[in-house]
Order: sequence, then C-alpha cells, then structure tokens
Amino acid sequence: MLSRKASKDSHGQDSSYFQGWQEYEKNPYHPIQNPMGIIQMGLAENQLSFDLLESWLRRNSNTMALKKDGVSAFKDLALFQDYHGLPAFKEALVNFMTSMRGNKIKYSSDKLVLTAGATAANEILMFCLTDPGQAFILPTPYYPGFDRDLKWRTGAEIIPMHCSSSNGFRITRCALEQAYQLGQELNLKIKGVLVTNPSNPLGTTMTKTELNHLLDFAIDKNIHIVSDEIYSGTVFDSSSTTSFTSIMEVLNERNNNNYNNIRNHVHMVYSLSKDLGLPGFRVGMIYSNNEKVIAAATKMSSFALVSSQTQFLLSNLLSDAKFIKKYMVENQRRLKRRKDMLVRGLRKAGISCLRSNAGLFCWVDMRHLLSSDSFEAEKELWKRIVCEVGLNISPGSSCHCSQPGWFRICFANISEDALHLAMHRMKAFTNSIFSVRLPIIMMRKKSF
Amino acid sequence: MGLAENQVSCNTVIFWCKKSKNKEAASSSIIIIHHIYYVSHGSHVRKLLFFNNWQLSFDLLESWLAKNPDVSGFKRDGKSIFRELALFQDYHGLPLFKKALVDFMAEIRGNKVTFDPNHMVLTAGATSANETLMFCVAEEGDAFLLPTPYYPGFDRDLKWRTGVEIVPIQCTSSNNFRITESALEQAYQDARKRNLRVKGVLVTNPSNPLGTTLSRNEFDLLVDFIKDKETMHLISDEIYSGTVFSSPSFVSVMEILKEMTPNDAAKIWNRVHVVYSLSKDLGLPGFRVGAIYSENDAVVAAATKMSSFGLVSSQTQYLLAAMLSDNKFTKKYISENQKRLRRRQRMLVTGLQKAGIKCLKSNAGLFCWVDMRHLLCSNTFEAEMELWKKIVYQVGLNISPGSSCHCSEPGWFRVCFANMSQDTLNVAMKRVKNFVTDSTGAECGSSSACFTKSFSNWVFRLSSRDHRAPEER
Repeated sequence: MLSRKASKDSHGQDSSYFQGWQEYEKNPYHPIQNPMGIIQMGLAENQLSFDLLESWLRRNSNTMALKKDGVSAFKDLALFQDYHGLPAFKEALVNFMTSMRGNKIKYSSDKLVLTAGATAANEILMFCLTDPGQAFILPTPYYPGFDRDLKWRTGAEIIPMHCSSSNGFRITRCALEQAYQLGQELNLKIKGVLVTNPSNPLGTTMTKTELNHLLDFAIDKNIHIVSDEIYSGTVFDSSSTTSFTSIMEVLNERNNNNYNNIRNHVHMVYSLSKDLGLPGFRVGMIYSNNEKVIAAATKMSSFALVSSQTQFLLSNLLSDAKFIKKYMVENQRRLKRRKDMLVRGLRKAGISCLRSNAGLFCWVDMRHLLSSDSFEAEKELWKRIVCEVGLNISPGSSCHCSQPGWFRICFANISEDALHLAMHRMKAFTNSIFSVRLPIIMMRKKSF
Repeated sequence: MGLAENQVSCNTVIFWCKKSKNKEAASSSIIIIHHIYYVSHGSHVRKLLFFNNWQLSFDLLESWLAKNPDVSGFKRDGKSIFRELALFQDYHGLPLFKKALVDFMAEIRGNKVTFDPNHMVLTAGATSANETLMFCVAEEGDAFLLPTPYYPGFDRDLKWRTGVEIVPIQCTSSNNFRITESALEQAYQDARKRNLRVKGVLVTNPSNPLGTTLSRNEFDLLVDFIKDKETMHLISDEIYSGTVFSSPSFVSVMEILKEMTPNDAAKIWNRVHVVYSLSKDLGLPGFRVGAIYSENDAVVAAATKMSSFGLVSSQTQYLLAAMLSDNKFTKKYISENQKRLRRRQRMLVTGLQKAGIKCLKSNAGLFCWVDMRHLLCSNTFEAEMELWKKIVYQVGLNISPGSSCHCSEPGWFRVCFANMSQDTLNVAMKRVKNFVTDSTGAECGSSSACFTKSFSNWVFRLSSRDHRAPEER
C-alpha cells in the first residue's frame, strides 16, 4: 500500500546513533530531578553561547517584533515566499561567511540557495547531481544522518572511503582511488565525493594538502565535490597549520583556464545550526559556481524554504558585524575551553582523543577498553557506557568507522557541571576495568 | 490578479531589478511591493497592475501581534525561551503548536470533526506536504488521478522528484466542472493504457482554480472508486478550507469518513489523507507552515521522518501556537475573513458581469473561475493565449489562463480578488469593461503579432512554470 521508500528502513534511523538517543529519552540526566540519569553526550549541539545571542535580542527587540525602522514588516514577511530568499538575508549571510573565513574569498549571494537546514541542502544537492543508483564517495567515519539525507529518497548510493587511525584518519589519494575502484566493481557510477570539513565526527579540519588531493582526484575523474562546511565556524584552534580552509579557497587558487570544468563541480553546504547554535530555526544553504545547479536547487528549495520570519530576524543579527565578530571569537574561546576540559577529563581516565581543532565533539579512542578487537565488543562497551556509566555517546560503527573502539563524545551541549560529572563517572568506570584487567591491558597495548 | 496572494510582486521586483540592472532595489531588506510597472508597446504605455502589498485580513493579524509582543519576543510568562526554541528541531513538532493547529482545523470545520495531533506531520508548507505524501504512497511507475483544472504547481510538487505521474480526470463546463463517474473511469483507463499503476486520487477541496467545494455526490463517487481497490489512496488538499464564504458549507473528507458506516469506513480510513497549510486561510505563505494529516500510522511515521527535509522554523511554530491558541481571536478571524472574502468576490463577479463576463458560481477560495470563451477568436488554446496576452499587455491585468491549469476547454481564466485593495479591483473592473467594449467588432489576430514580437521571453515567464516560485497558487 505504501511506497518502498516508506516501507523499508532505508531512512537509516535504526542505527545505534538513534538508539542511544532513545535510551537517553527514557532516563535523561537532570542535576536535581534525576542526577543518576543518562548524560547526553551524543548530541552535536552548540549551547555555549546563547547568552550572547539573547543579549543581542534584548537590545534589538524590534527585530523580533518584525519591525524595521519602527515600521511593521509583518505583512511583507508573511507574504514573502520567494525561493530566491530575502535579499538582505542572503547578503548578510555571504558577508558573514566572507569575514568568518578570513576574507580570503568574497562570497556572492547569487550563488547561494537557502534551504530549511543543511539536511535539506544535502538532499537537494544529491537530487541535482545524481540519478538513482549513482554514488558518492564519503570518507569514513561520517555523520550517521547522511545515510538518510543522501540516500533515502534520492536513490543515491554511498561508497565509503575508509580512513584509518594510522594517519589520523586523513584522506589520502590512495584511499580515494580505492573507493573509486570499489564503485566500479559494484557497477556504480561515481558522481562525486562528499566531505565534511571540519569533520563530523573527527573534529579536525582538512589540510590544504588533503583539499588539493581531493581537487586533483575530482579533476582526474571528472566528478563533483560537495563540501559540507557546517562546522566551519567552530574552529577554535587556528594556528597557521590548523586554521580552516574552505574548498572554495583552494579552488580559487586554481584560477587558470585549465580549471574551468572543476569550478562547476565544487559545491558547498553550510548552515547556522552549529556555529550559531540555531538548529530549530532551520537555516541551511547551498553555495556553488554552477549556474545550472543553482537554478535547479533554487526551484527544489520550494520544498524546504526558510521561514521569512526567521530570515528577517537573522538578517538583522548577521548584519550587526560588530556583534557577530565578538560572538564568533567568544564562542570559539568557549568551545576550546570546553574541549580542553573533555580531553583532560578523559586523559585522567586513561583515555586519549584524536587531536582536534574544531567541532562540538571529540573522537575518542577506547580501543584499549574493548574485550576484543571487534564491533561486537564495541557494541558491548557502548551499551555499558550508556546504561552503566550513564553517558550517551556515539559508537564509531554508527559513523561507519572501519576500526572498532572509537567513539564520538560531544561537549558543547551540556553544562560544565554535567561534563565534570561525566568525566568523574568515566574515571570510575575505567578504574573498575583497569583494576580487574590491568595485566591483560598491558599485554594488549604491546600488541597494537 | 494571477496569483492567489501577493507573491508575483516579489518575484517581479527582483526580476525587473535584474533586467534593469537596478541592484539597489533588489538588495533592499524587504521587497517593497508598491511599485507599479509599465508595459510599453509602441506609443502605448500602460500601467501593469501587479498586486501591491495588500491582503484582506492582515489588520486582524497585526493587531493580535501588537497585543501579544511577548510571543514574537521569544518570551513565555515573561521568561525568555529563546534557547529552548533555538534548539528545538524535533520532527514531531512543537506539541503546543500541533495542538493549536488541530484545534484550528476543527474549528474551520465547524467542530464536526476533531483531529489528533499525533496523526499530524508538520512540513514547510503544503508544497512540501504534497511531495512528502507522494514519496510515502507512490513511486516511479505509479500515477495519481487529478480532476482538471488543477493548480499548475502540482506538476512540479507531485511529479518532479518523486517520479510519480499525474493523469487528468477531465471535468467540463457542461456540469460546472464536477467530477463524474465516467470521467473517473476514463482517467483510470488512460493510466492503465500508459502502463501506470494508479495509486489514488488527489483533489483540492475547495478547488483551486474553481473556487467550489466538493459536493457530497462527488465524495460518494470518490469513495466508491477507491473503496475496493486496496492500494488506492485519496488525498484531499484542504488548503483553502478556511476560505469558504458562502453555502454550501465546507465538507471535509474527514467528515465523510466519520459519517460512513463502520464497515465502509474500515475499508478506507487508512487510505485517506489530508493536506493543510496556513498560507491561504491566515495569509502566511512566507512562514512555511503545512501539515499532513492521516490515520495511517505507517504514513505518519514515514512522513514524520521525511519532514526532516522541510521542518517548520521553531520560531514560527511558537508564534503561531500562541496565535492559534487564542480561541477568541481565531473565531473572530475566521468569520471576519470569510465576510470580507464574500464581499470581495461579489465585487469581482458584479464587475465582470457589467463587462458581460460570467464566472463559475463559487463559494470559496481567493479567486473566480471566469468564462471568457465568448471573447475568443476561435475555440482553441491558441486563441486563449492570444486573449491572455491582450489582457496582460493591453488591459494590464495579470490573470491565469485555463490551459496552465490543464483545463480541457479553452477560454477559462482564473482571476484572483483577495490580494489587492478595493480601489485596485475597481480599476481592474473598469479596464475589463473598456476592453470588452473596445474589442467588440475588432478583428481577431490583428494586434497579436505585434505583441509577440515586442515582448521577449521574460514576459511569458511571468506565467510560465519555470519562473514560478511556490507562490503561484
């Protein structure tokens, strides 16, 4: 009676990523009402800087009341459903992106398509770039939601490109070629590569070398690149080697005629859900030099427009350049501080993290806590951590990691106290394991 | 007059700005829709009437907002809930909003039916709702039957990304475009001939572009049609349900279900789905609020997950939850809005009558279905296009030709009445009268060639599907 899409579980929501959430929902931590409950560390939300936004709102109450220069804009906004988006909002967005990325590239609003969140943006790009049965290569580990967002209704396939801890999960030319080869063996036409930069779940930014490898690969195979840069504003550690470089920047450096083709094959996705912590407002976007993609995506955005009420509010917020600059700096400072807390706390529990400079989470190495080097053991460990330790964290298998034992732990969506408690619980847990298994662990460490 | 609200003006402003390289206007923070555009042909310069920023009942909404500043200020009981809203992206929707919405829907239906918020899925507009429903109940190789004339946007919304086909149920003026058993059967056979699996029927009730509500007889036909075909669904897009301004009163498909014998109801209750939106009844298309309602748990479950691709902004959910929960306000709004619609429709009908033009008798919607067959040079769609061009460029009124709605008979046009001031409507009626008077006795085809030459493609894009944004309803 229903379509195949509706009937089967290709929405990908049966994965442990979502199951952990369900456990949390049943027994959520609350400092007073439920102090023994499960602490939510599986949710990549940025809750650190709302006070800054709220104070801006208090100073700009007219904007919330949909007033501009004292005059009500309600009527105009209520009727405004143009899929080209509120011009002032798009202008504010490109200016925000330009300055946030160090003014290295000037973004322009006619290359931007607004969508209700990055979820919609990614799906629309798939509809534009693939036909059913065609595939995109994704480096693992990747955001579990992609299984639904990229594949479900589009009929597209994902070919995982396995990255490993041996080189910090970096993308290599070799791994790209292997994934491409796999696609050929499976008889799938590869249409492109999709990367998340900064990476979810790794929390690392792609180096210029990686980005150039990616570009070279895409030029060689004549395929597309989609760069989901949703976490680009969360880079909290930017020395010259670890600052954020957008794919657009690297593309821009290749500015002779040989690269005309690739200019039309690179597309970026962005959203205000992570940097500004506003996932509820549903603000995402596609950015591309490719006019045909922009034209098609604009029409498709009809299915996922951003509320004009929200566009108005945020265009005013983002246009306040002074405020936004201050916000971004302070936000990044708080993120770094929080990340450092998590890393220190885990270290005290004998657990190390992948060195990261961005994101709202750490990629945590718990291989030494596994009873065996297997995904079954990872699932076992994960269940213990959720149910016994009371922390909802995301197992690497839900992110398609090729090596068991890695977990994503979020740090920006809970209070400092909850984080301290979580670390305390973690320490107690590992103490209990080590006190029993110390000799065995010593042996395992040798063999890695 | 070609759009069932104000949208065309926004697009046109942007479009005109691009054409004249007037970047300034295009980048203003709010698209000002008070411009009046000029169409020139030779020495004739005519003001092209586009909709200025006007809607029948905004004053009521604005006064509510002014009385409830806390709501748009993200406050509840004096405390800021900004953080809560900013983080709220649960695809089950804000419970308060869903409750307010189902109550509002029940109120529009005279409380003859009630809706369960757990069976409702929120989507970014009815555009998203309709597409999502298609994804849930059909796929490539399937078809839905739609009575003609129908809203042109369906060709995109139902077919484009889903791969589903539309097969028309041809309705004609001979019986006021009512759905007949033979037309239904014919459509079914047409689909079979094209090797398509018919997955159901989608109706818009009240109808766009007809402005009429479905009769009980038509409902009986539809129910009989799908009753014993176990894979067939009935989708009722009730986006205009709050715009019914005169009798016969609105009957929702949910009411029909309720009135059925338990035996009959059991056969179809989980194959009937309703689409709704606040874009027409409350005049808020910019806020992107649509909904799917279904008793079928599997459809609700799948559609809920799919709504991830088009969620309603939590900021908007909160504002409208408060507004719709204000029962005193909603009662007053519904009745006052309907009164104004009725008055405005009468103005249009009378004005057209004075010009010797009849309308289909209607009791709902924001438009009339206008009979201009007698003004055609010949009973063809080419003649309809010719007439349409004259009306747009010579008379200066943007109306929608029936062919764009897949009408099977040339000469019908949809003319909107709720998105301009009374004065503008009067001007429009005068122009029509003059046009009809002037063109009586004039030769057909004489000026059309000139028009075609001097107006390049952009002009046709105003009505062409390609250029239309979702506002084209």
